[in-house]
Amino acid sequence: MSKEEDIIQELINKFGYLEGAVKVQRPRRILLEIDYKNFREVFAFAVKELKFGHFCTITGLDEQDNLSFIYHLAQDSGILFNLKTSVSKANPVLETVIPFFPGAEIYEREVVDLFGAKVVGLPAGNRYPLTDDWPAGQYPLRKDWKQH
Amino acid sequence: MHNSDKFNIPLGPQHPALKEPEGFSVALKGEKIMGMDIRLGYNHRGIEKACEERTYIQDLYLIERVCGICSHSHSTCFVQAVEEIAGVQVPKRALYIRTLIAELERVHSHLLWLGVAGHEIGFDTLLMYTWRDREIVMDILALLTGNRVNYGINTIGGVRRDISPKQIEEVYKGIKTLEERTRYYIEVATQETTIIKRLSGVGVLSREDALRLDAVGPTARASGVNRDVRRDDPYAAYAEIKFNVITDDHNDVYGRTVVRVKELMESYAIVKQCLKDLPEGPITVKVPRKIPAGEATSRYEAPRGEDLHYVKSNGTEKPERVKVRAPTLANIQAVKHMLKDRYLADMPIVIAAIDPCFSCTDRLVYLSHCEPPKGVKQSQKRDCFASLAMTSRFKNAKVMSWEALRTYSIEWHRVHGIDFSELNNTFRKRLEKR
Repeated sequence: MSKEEDIIQELINKFGYLEGAVKVQRPRRILLEIDYKNFREVFAFAVKELKFGHFCTITGLDEQDNLSFIYHLAQDSGILFNLKTSVSKANPVLETVIPFFPGAEIYEREVVDLFGAKVVGLPAGNRYPLTDDWPAGQYPLRKDWKQH
Repeated sequence: MHNSDKFNIPLGPQHPALKEPEGFSVALKGEKIMGMDIRLGYNHRGIEKACEERTYIQDLYLIERVCGICSHSHSTCFVQAVEEIAGVQVPKRALYIRTLIAELERVHSHLLWLGVAGHEIGFDTLLMYTWRDREIVMDILALLTGNRVNYGINTIGGVRRDISPKQIEEVYKGIKTLEERTRYYIEVATQETTIIKRLSGVGVLSREDALRLDAVGPTARASGVNRDVRRDDPYAAYAEIKFNVITDDHNDVYGRTVVRVKELMESYAIVKQCLKDLPEGPITVKVPRKIPAGEATSRYEAPRGEDLHYVKSNGTEKPERVKVRAPTLANIQAVKHMLKDRYLADMPIVIAAIDPCFSCTDRLVYLSHCEPPKGVKQSQKRDCFASLAMTSRFKNAKVMSWEALRTYSIEWHRVHGIDFSELNNTFRKRLEKR
């Protein structure tokens, strides 16, 4: 079995409901789309047990009624685990991953500014990357946002 | 602002000690930094949104302009993701050419950094030396791609320019000189007391902190983190190329200097392997303008560290989403940690030591079919324009030599009524009298 398949097997062994949900996109790329209610436990398992110890960034996506977020986690083996989760656009609440990766702060601020995510547990601080006088409720990377 | 015995000093977003706009609010007790707040985003240009409104090929040129120095890094990282979605098999020769340009870019970036680091610690001789030598690699890049920066070598499905045997010879020649010079820089970096004393113990980032804060590139490797995307997640031709990942355990700015100068030698070795093993064959394959629906995440070891691009397509000729994470964003968070309890005077070099990205502009005067200014004697015209035919595209181009540029400038000012020749003569006579 390849390293990627080993990882998938470990995930399924731990969380039976992931059967069929995890896929190898190509060598060294694993993708898992998961409900947000299960996100936290899988994320913690990937970081602590599967040694995905390097947090690359968060990619935000506007998918009609939902906002999706891909958490890109890397292993020293070169394998990248793309853990994708969705929350409703009406109430896009995420819990911070700063307890796992203090460096995640800036990436979380980015999805707050550009997508309007609400990150619970994000400490007070400067916004990123928009200006301080940016109008409230304007999220430029949402699909319905147009440059005026 | 005064708060008991602490002062909060704003530094930036525009400040002489910074090379790019970013805001620091530094809490000082005497000269000691007690903490700081960083405000980024002054360079936000909305490139990700702009990519959604343009075609893939337009995006390639836009993405290349994310950074003035790592331009090839971003364009390659992006194009790899698009090619993965489209299921394109890029010709091997193109992959080798991409790798070659990537390493030349690293050389140009690291030499530039070494100069900036020298400047920040008041060692401007080092700046003059390294930036002079950097011109060799800039000329090689211009020779191979037509541009000093923003090379425009990539296209979806391969590269846009092939390399001729004559160009290969020129690259070997340039690399030989650069190797000699870099050996000297390694000596300077590891033996020169000024450098060792000024940089040791400054901007300390332990291995644990580098891992905890997700530092990347030379910043992480100088803290003993053995990570390099070129080896760990190989792309382009790196899977077939032998090289060492340089690490160092000094955990400070000195270590970051050592890592970068040693990485230069590795880059020369990679360049030589690329030239020696350059496969024959086509340099590009045709890719339809419409990219099928899909998604891909691409990683790339830029000179400053890991680049990450995510591309999602929707079956049209414009992407649904493009995400770019440049290495500075990953490293800037470690800066806060590096500066805690250190002195304010260390700020410029500690910030510079993560090699934050700032735009690098053209310097060369490029004259095509240009006449010398009125008043320049006919006999001077020939010397004035030392012709250097670089590629077939530039066979009519004229590039001025340094001496010609100096003569041209003196003459231009003289014609426009500014003449220092009398003053120069007076100074010369004074010197002769001594």
